[in-house]
Amino acid sequence: MGLEAKLKQDGFFTTTIDALAAWSRKNSVWPMPMGISCCAIEMMAVGDPKFDIARFGSEVMRFTPRQCDLMIVAGTVTYKMAHVVKKIFDQMPEPKWVIAMGACTSSGGMYRSYNVVQGIDQFLPVDVYLAGCPPRPENLLNALIQIQEKIGKTRVRDYPDQPLEPQTIQQN
Amino acid sequence: MIEQYIPVFLVVAFAIIFAVVVVFSSKILGPQRPTPEKLSTYESGMKPVGSTHERVSVKYYLVAMLFIIFDLEVIFVYPWAVQFKNLFHEIGTSVFFSMLIFLIVLELGYLYVYKKGGFKWD
Repeated sequence: MGLEAKLKQDGFFTTTIDALAAWSRKNSVWPMPMGISCCAIEMMAVGDPKFDIARFGSEVMRFTPRQCDLMIVAGTVTYKMAHVVKKIFDQMPEPKWVIAMGACTSSGGMYRSYNVVQGIDQFLPVDVYLAGCPPRPENLLNALIQIQEKIGKTRVRDYPDQPLEPQTIQQN
Repeated sequence: MIEQYIPVFLVVAFAIIFAVVVVFSSKILGPQRPTPEKLSTYESGMKPVGSTHERVSVKYYLVAMLFIIFDLEVIFVYPWAVQFKNLFHEIGTSVFFSMLIFLIVLELGYLYVYKKGGFKWD
């Protein structure tokens, strides 16, 4: 951090629980890679050494929702897939965040069609919308940084221990 | 004698303590906000179908038995083969014959399986 180099004698820090929790939360955002279509290729590129999402502490893409904080919905969400996306999002532990990656995910994009959800904000609480078709990897990194800024403002008491209302989901 | 194993005990103790701390710290520190949906089985977002306690074909039992035969063989033969020269100079020909007896016993099992048609997969 550079601070310890300036110390002339033994020192200590004081901080708040909220700051500590937010700091650790935002530097260990584990994404759930919901790679549904072509945006997922750019999402994979973010994981490679050239763009290196590990610099932001998010290199551990978990393929189970139990260990994830951030859902990167990368690709066209059809109505048939929307149930799956919603169910996986519901199974993620709180606190959790969502990136709507790309034009299709954010607004339906060029698929102005009967079978494509016109924006996943119809059923998910989206935190960051990403423009582009597909967005460049730097753009996804930018979205992650914005999510981190948002996480930095959370407090511990925003997420108390309590059972939540059951979300009803219609699945065929 | 037992003092030599203190590092091993330390490693085992550290492994156990670390695992327990990791498991229970997430239980204590993490927010517990259960919903029926969150607690349901994860099956890639689909509705779970069927039970996990399903019966499997008896063919896999045969595969497991064969695996034990050959796996045990390899487990014992490998270190024996690596140390064979040293042991031969120390103990003598009994090193060779004890392994031979072991292999003959295994071979009998192999022949039994062969006779029973265990290698005919269909």
